[in-house]
Amino acid sequence: MTRAFTPKVLTANHLLEGDVVYLSASGGWVRDLAQAEVLTNEVDAQIRLIEAEQQVDTVVGVYLADVTAEGQPKHFREDFRATGPSNYAHGKQASTQAELN
Amino acid sequence: MYQYNDFDTAFLTERNAQFRAQVERRINGSLTEDEFKPLRLMNGVYLQLHAYMLRVAIPYGTLNSAQMDMLAHLAAKYDKGYGHFTTRQNIQYNWPKLRDIPDMLDDLGTVGMHAIQTSGNTIRNVTADHFAGAAADEVADPRPYAELLRQWSTDHPEFQFLPRKFKIAVTGAEADRAVIRAHDIGLQLVEQVGEIGFRVIVGGGLGRTPMIGKVLRNFLPMADLLPYCEAIVSIYNRLGRRDNKYKARIKITVHENGIETIRDQVETRFAQIRPAFTGVDQTLLADIKAQFAAPDFAKKSEAPFTAAYDADPVFRSWADTNLTAHKAPGYAIVSISIKKQGDTPGDATAEQMRAMAELARTYGHDELRISHEQNVILPHVHRADLPALHATLKAHGLATSNIGLISDIIACPGMDYCALATARSIPVAQQIATRFDELKLEHDIGELKIKISGCINACGHHHVGHIGILGLDRAGVENYQITLGGDHTETAAVGERAGPGFAYDEIVPAIERLIAAYLHLRNSPDERFIDAYRRLGLAPFKAALYPAVNAGGKADAA
Ligand code: SF4
Repeated sequence: MTRAFTPKVLTANHLLEGDVVYLSASGGWVRDLAQAEVLTNEVDAQIRLIEAEQQVDTVVGVYLADVTAEGQPKHFREDFRATGPSNYAHGKQASTQAELN
Repeated sequence: MYQYNDFDTAFLTERNAQFRAQVERRINGSLTEDEFKPLRLMNGVYLQLHAYMLRVAIPYGTLNSAQMDMLAHLAAKYDKGYGHFTTRQNIQYNWPKLRDIPDMLDDLGTVGMHAIQTSGNTIRNVTADHFAGAAADEVADPRPYAELLRQWSTDHPEFQFLPRKFKIAVTGAEADRAVIRAHDIGLQLVEQVGEIGFRVIVGGGLGRTPMIGKVLRNFLPMADLLPYCEAIVSIYNRLGRRDNKYKARIKITVHENGIETIRDQVETRFAQIRPAFTGVDQTLLADIKAQFAAPDFAKKSEAPFTAAYDADPVFRSWADTNLTAHKAPGYAIVSISIKKQGDTPGDATAEQMRAMAELARTYGHDELRISHEQNVILPHVHRADLPALHATLKAHGLATSNIGLISDIIACPGMDYCALATARSIPVAQQIATRFDELKLEHDIGELKIKISGCINACGHHHVGHIGILGLDRAGVENYQITLGGDHTETAAVGERAGPGFAYDEIVPAIERLIAAYLHLRNSPDERFIDAYRRLGLAPFKAALYPAVNAGGKADAA
């Protein structure tokens, strides 16, 4: 029996900036996990992965990361990637704060 | 200090130009990531969790003030205003942009610095005792030999694709402050009937399989240093395993082949290549040595020191904790703690770096050092200048009196930055330091080395911490394993695992129980944690760490 497919987001690091990016539903790369497309169909996810892997001049190290149905990270590593380091608000926390200000 | 000659400058300029072109080709799509990755790693560029990271070599941990100013400049211009000093005496920038990195390398080149071989399966930055050239207890300054090794190993054609990375550490003193027994090659300057030579230790290392290095030669004449090291690396290059990354370091080669076999092969190879070293290296060494001549030490009254020491308890506490004996009369070695309780171990802001550079210019014969314990050292300061120096340090948040104490924690970047991490280390260090500061216990506890790694690679040296903490991922949750009794010095030992790991929110209380047990068990305030541990063994400390198990009648205390 094959294992049921669990929801994923497609993620990578940006080639120039180095920061964490996610694939959005419109096919662009976004920096905010909340704007990422949650992939619930395995074939769909594999196609997106192969397509994204071709974009070698935009992103590096593309992979599918597990998320909940609501699009929240399942593993704490993905939590840190989505927010930034815990010792300084230098990662995505900084830009989130900037938006709030 | 060693000044780059025309050859060094030309080499570096060309190398930086090559890398700039490689970055351009990556950006315009002519190089794939697979092609580019080994090239960027050869130049110290990693891709980490949130960004690129540039690791800059600080050869044998020695800097002058212009170099420290340049490190500050990079932090302010290309990063987020700070840098992270590492256990390999390097500095890491956590947020550079790919396009900026060639400019950063060019800037570094103007002060004779680079990022070459700070990654990849090559001979890495040669590290040394951070008190070298100043310590009262050394046979000779090890840095000229470290510089000779740096020049020999940089771009050495035979050693660019070793089975795995290769690290060399050098010290000139019996008291080992350079962790030479946990390096691929550890070198100790020793004196034998009036002649100076090296004790050569090989096959030490931490990581997945920690090993204490073994003596390969008790006395190697000084003139044989390069051919002998070349023989070692060459034998490793031939015998080292390439089939399994986890068995590729020389510690495994030595372990699997036995030290006798390695010694025989090294000696044979050495005999073959020795004649090729016709003395050019010795001429070079003489030039290098001249550049490491001791500064002109001042002779003046120590009265200002004594006055401040008697009058100011804060200065007194700092002087008692952060100073080390110097070989020159009237002088002291100053350790500047960049481990203020609650801050990130090893981080310094651009402004702090500039302040330390200025202090080195004004009071420190223009010299600074980075220690493997992630602090900054001013190796030569006259005691008369210490009160003024301390006042400046205070103004920059750099006067923490905690060298060698419980809050002087080594912590690797862990999962806050490192792509290989299995758990965080920085917040654990911050919380331990803050907690014991609140308890006002750290001076009472005395010398204690806590070392934290965020994964089995052990960059935080946890195996050789009196208390080692290793962060792991246990079924998707951070879990921290404690080892006890490790020692990085001349009495090197790998710590013993205390038992099951602790959750993130349990680790600080566990350390607190451990310390309470030590304070109770020690036979006098002079008995350090490590000494009490050696006297009593694991059992009473284990009982303190796992009280519930003992209460349930399953005590393993013998
Ligand atoms: S020990 Fe692991 S987590 Fe820490 S810096 Fe090294 S590789 Fe990264």
